Amino acid sequence: METFIHAYSWVDIHFLLQGLWVTIYVSLISIILSFVLGLIFGLLRYMKIKYVSAIVGFVIDIIRNLPLLLIIFFTYFGLPELGIVTNQTAASIIALVIFEGAMLAEIVRSGISSIDPGQMEGARSNGMTFGQAMYHVVMPQALHNMIPALLSQFVSLVKDTSLATIIVLPELLYHAQIIYSQNTTYIIPMYVIIAVMYFIVCFCLSMFASYLQKRFKMD
Amino acid sequence: MVFALAGCTKKNDNTYEHVKQSKTIVWGIRADTRLFGLTNIKTGKIEGFEIDLAKALTKQMLGSSAHAEFLTTTANTRIPLLKNHNVDAVLATMTITKERAKQVDFTNPYFPAGSSLLVPNSSKITNVKQLNGKTVLAVKGTTAVDDVHKYAPKAKVLQYDDYGQAMSALKAGQGVALTTDNGLLAGIAQENPGYKLVGGVYTNAPYGIAINKGQTQMVNHLNTALAELKKNGTYNRLINKWFKGIPGFDVKELLK
Amino acid sequence: MWSILTNNWSSFLTGFWNTILCSVIALIFSLILGIFFAMLEVAPPKFVRIIAHIYIEVFRNIPLLVIVMIFYLIVPRFFFKLSGFQSGTIGLTLYTSAFIAETVRSGINSIGEGQMEGARSNGMTYIQAMRYVILPQAMKIVIPPLGNQFVNLIKNSSVLAFVAGFDLMYQAQLIAFASFQTIDTYIVVGLFYLVLTLPLSYYLRHLEKKLAN
Repeated sequence: METFIHAYSWVDIHFLLQGLWVTIYVSLISIILSFVLGLIFGLLRYMKIKYVSAIVGFVIDIIRNLPLLLIIFFTYFGLPELGIVTNQTAASIIALVIFEGAMLAEIVRSGISSIDPGQMEGARSNGMTFGQAMYHVVMPQALHNMIPALLSQFVSLVKDTSLATIIVLPELLYHAQIIYSQNTTYIIPMYVIIAVMYFIVCFCLSMFASYLQKRFKMD
Repeated sequence: MVFALAGCTKKNDNTYEHVKQSKTIVWGIRADTRLFGLTNIKTGKIEGFEIDLAKALTKQMLGSSAHAEFLTTTANTRIPLLKNHNVDAVLATMTITKERAKQVDFTNPYFPAGSSLLVPNSSKITNVKQLNGKTVLAVKGTTAVDDVHKYAPKAKVLQYDDYGQAMSALKAGQGVALTTDNGLLAGIAQENPGYKLVGGVYTNAPYGIAINKGQTQMVNHLNTALAELKKNGTYNRLINKWFKGIPGFDVKELLK
Repeated sequence: MWSILTNNWSSFLTGFWNTILCSVIALIFSLILGIFFAMLEVAPPKFVRIIAHIYIEVFRNIPLLVIVMIFYLIVPRFFFKLSGFQSGTIGLTLYTSAFIAETVRSGINSIGEGQMEGARSNGMTYIQAMRYVILPQAMKIVIPPLGNQFVNLIKNSSVLAFVAGFDLMYQAQLIAFASFQTIDTYIVVGLFYLVLTLPLSYYLRHLEKKLAN
């Protein structure tokens, strides 16, 4: 018990909170960018444009079927060979956006596909353009159906940031590892508290999404 | 901000010209090794002999207005980061070896080191040959792995991403000994009572600063700066600051 | 690039084999655990449902790497020794079982209460009705999403690299370091992963389409 009290001194908690902050902002930026990417590529794939959709589909399938860890290595070690210098933060965000963007694109594609094609046809025959019909009729319903899948992908993204410890991104898990490798008796208190911290962040995200879903329903 | 950093390209053919112009050297360093480079939990800054040496070398080479930047590396990320121009030089407890010298250029040695073993106080192991048939812990991409294969070919080696994880694994009983350079082990032993160094130093493997292959100008300037620091007493001061009174080090021996 | 493959053929094969082994073991046990907790989650007694719910939420909201590290670094200090492969497989099993439980539960819920009532009024006990009527139908619905969990499981098995589990990713890191050909090595190991995951993904999409019609 005493170990816990020592382990949770303000110095250590402060250091962990710094790590938590990196986890949160890397997650937030990645969630926003990967969602945009997922929407665009999901739509491209759905629209069945000659060649474009097939190529997009193939690339997405390759990315979805690789471990994220590998994609992190590619962005950290590979991008600089193309002349793009990345630090740990940028490399992590780019890797997360590429990987989760591909996962989200698949969710978006199947979400749109789940809407009865009759709706699109109906909207088009009422004089809407494809874009208008997509924006006003199909997308709102599709998004509503997608919320649970989108959400669990976002939660995955938050958890996946921990993999970036491998390229020394100073996020929550890495900061905990620094503390317990300097004070090895703190190993249990550290894993307990970071498990709680990850849980709270992910759980709040879940709560926020179910709140969104309810609001969507009321409209 | 992140993407501003990601967007800029930095493929300069001549590392020395590049650092001279920008008055900045980006150093690849370690953050998991006490005495050499370790994150201070209070300040979040990395502190150690190599950090101080990097700062001193930067100023010696480029003048007092020059600036040292640091990028944390691990044993298995430091060479790729150097080769893809993420860092200008690596000052990260890196042993000079023939294999590595085919990939990167090294300066003259700046610190004497060699492989050794860390075991629990209760352990009966006294030298590296006794590790045959046992499980040894090491860090990915270190020369200590090759040394174990050479001196105890029947040992099983488990490798981790940094020293924090490797030491935690030793405490969890995942292996009977942790092996790496004596200097690093002395730092680890200092913060982990109940563990001791055994087996002596069974290889001679001094550290050098690594620079991209073919950057002769950069190597020469670093060598000159290193020699000047040794001459003007800065190097001695740093050795004394970090290693005086630490069990496992003899400052006189280091300054020989 | 091919020289990396030919020079390190046996290392890659060891890694490939360990990745398959770990994924298959974790799949079997996470299916058992997942179905078990899914049934608890729809069981009549409230406190049973709460226990199942806590189990699922805990393992769904904590990073896999944290779970694996706990089994690798903490459990051996106090209980029993676990190798990197073992703790990785246990972590993967628990983590995946929570996702499988959620998938199976939503499958059971989609069957509808009428069936349960019908089976019960025909004299079946709750367990019999579950076993013979509800679960077989639910499993059919959830096969495609379960398959996706298996693809995720194979990809996630790369966390074994953190705990010296001798899987594909771990071997790749060692080869990348020894050969100094970082990117080429990771491209080769990427192909190994794709050999496992890509056919499975395409088969699942095919299956999904077939079931939808």
